[in-house]
Amino acid sequence: MGKLNMVQAIQSGLMAEMQLDPTVMVLGEDVGREGGVFRATEGLQEKFGPERAMDTPLAESGIVGLALGLALNGMRPVAEIQFDGFMPPAWDQIISHISRIRTRSRGRFGAPLVIRIPYGGGIHAPEHHSEATEAVLVHTPGIKVVYPATPYDAKGLLISAIRDPDPVLFLEPKRIYRAIREEVPEEAYTVPIGEARLVREGKDVTLIAWGAMVREAERAAQMAAQEGIQAELLDLRTLSPMDDQAFISSVRKTGRAVVVHEAPRTCGLGAEIAARIQEEAILQLQAPVVRVTGFDTVVPLAKLEHHYIPSPERILRAMRQAMSF
Amino acid sequence: MKGLFDPSILEGVEMLRILGPEGTMEEELRAPELTDQRIQELYREMVFLRLADQRALNLQRQGRMGTYAPFMGQEAAQVGSAVALGEDDWIFPSFREGAAMYMRGAPMGSIFAYWMGNEAGQRFPEGVRVMPISIPVGTHPLHAVGFALAAKMRKEPICTVSYFGDGGTSKGDFHEAMNMAGVLCAPTIFFCQNNQYAISVPRKIQTASRTIAQKALAYGFPGIQVDGNDLVAVYVATRLARERAISGQGPTLIEAVTYRLGPHTTADDPTRYRSQEEVEAWLPLDPLLRVRKYLEKCCMWDQEMEESVHAFAEEKVNRVVQEAEEFPQPAPEDIFHYTLEKMPPRLEAQLEDYLAFLKEQED
Repeated sequence: MGKLNMVQAIQSGLMAEMQLDPTVMVLGEDVGREGGVFRATEGLQEKFGPERAMDTPLAESGIVGLALGLALNGMRPVAEIQFDGFMPPAWDQIISHISRIRTRSRGRFGAPLVIRIPYGGGIHAPEHHSEATEAVLVHTPGIKVVYPATPYDAKGLLISAIRDPDPVLFLEPKRIYRAIREEVPEEAYTVPIGEARLVREGKDVTLIAWGAMVREAERAAQMAAQEGIQAELLDLRTLSPMDDQAFISSVRKTGRAVVVHEAPRTCGLGAEIAARIQEEAILQLQAPVVRVTGFDTVVPLAKLEHHYIPSPERILRAMRQAMSF
Repeated sequence: MKGLFDPSILEGVEMLRILGPEGTMEEELRAPELTDQRIQELYREMVFLRLADQRALNLQRQGRMGTYAPFMGQEAAQVGSAVALGEDDWIFPSFREGAAMYMRGAPMGSIFAYWMGNEAGQRFPEGVRVMPISIPVGTHPLHAVGFALAAKMRKEPICTVSYFGDGGTSKGDFHEAMNMAGVLCAPTIFFCQNNQYAISVPRKIQTASRTIAQKALAYGFPGIQVDGNDLVAVYVATRLARERAISGQGPTLIEAVTYRLGPHTTADDPTRYRSQEEVEAWLPLDPLLRVRKYLEKCCMWDQEMEESVHAFAEEKVNRVVQEAEEFPQPAPEDIFHYTLEKMPPRLEAQLEDYLAFLKEQED
């Protein structure tokens, strides 16, 4: 055991799985000698060589398409896309092939691969380095979508993702890569895909968040407690398949829900979650489901991004709104 | 045959042709295992494939098959390349490769069943090293590169072949695949059937390159242009590319120059974009014709044999159609079963709800 931040936990997860399973490999831009621009693959090439920690040409679609070919032939590739904003070239491979090969071959082939993507804003980065596009991914059948919020979960979920028989998109909140340190076991362990985590219990309002927004929501919940609002906070951890039961049973108890995400509001997952809540808990609802989200705009650069990304204050305001009914 | 892949062959690229349209054979370039006997066997297969392809078009017109992409005119390119591979090699077909898929062991009844709208037709039996058809153009060569790379990492002496058309070479993923394959020295063959058209758009609108083969040069490996209507040249080029691949020398691009004698698919009317004269100019270059001429010259073929092979092939095609039409019909549940290995709760709920709806309709 040792206290690790999220990048270290991810590196530790990759190291552990590569040691256990010779078919596990990493590939991408700068993942080899450099150890990844965020150092998530540090030391892997020294230990496992240039084939299993493979520097590739700079081509996102190529990396992801190559990973599918490797997975079809017995490997367990973990591809790294350097930044969320460079995902669109790879979407074609994900949507047109990776998510479909099981259906297309009627179960003869699966795509046991992981695509790691540092996502989201808050690091004062240039354009195309702060995107949150989970809705597109969750809307695509045939892939799993995982969003860890803590170092412990990041390692456990990553190992589950590597061992999963289906493709997993693993979105890492780069803003909190180094913000939290916690005890992370050195050996391999798993955190199940598809199960939400109860971060904080409360009776008044259910806060639903994932990735970097969990920390903001937690702060908002602490602020709300000062005002006598007891918020229950759920970290969804997996967005596809989503743990509906976790938030539905919580909302049945609290009667109120606030969904928080960085992504634009329209057709964001907040809409989907609100729809599920009204389907399953309408009789317990005491207020409309409130969404705290990014805007339907391009993510702004450093000078303005704090206006765009939901803050604890905005989340608190949403909770007050929910409580006012 | 040594030296065919000397990069100097690319200087003023000349198309490799071994069996000419008049049935004349360049014996010194011929692969020794491609005996007259073997050529005769392959001719029988080509006749069957042409009849099967024509039948598929007819079935579509009768409403018994969905949209279909015929390969008429490309039999030599597909058969020649498919049979030049080793038993353990894999092919990654596009949507016009029925002939290559069949030659690699995919049952034609299964291929027909797929075009009839049954996905189960794409699940080829275990041991058949044929990937499912990729409908998106030019994006699947990457999978062949990755697959080949995994084999190389395990030191398995196999290669992969991706099939695509001249249109596919305009796609970014084709270039990413070529670049990756070159850099990673992947044991793979890029097999381009340059059939002159991507639906209606002619080859000259796809690329300003004089040949497609020369594109390989930019990625650091050999490209060779072959007469795609020449069974023997296609075979020889593929075999040499395979030897390069499995001996660790990396990828090869083969441009098989051919002509799509039929429409792009059954939904297309080629008279809108090409003249009858153009099509007729290609008819003497028909890939079946020259094999027959050669066999006749060798006194291994005559009219009587031609008729009996046609009759035999017709019978075989009838059985294919029967097999396809008797293919197990898919159940509504099949829509849901193959999305993920284990059905997630939401999908279970959707299936349950839909089955309840179907039950209500029955009641």
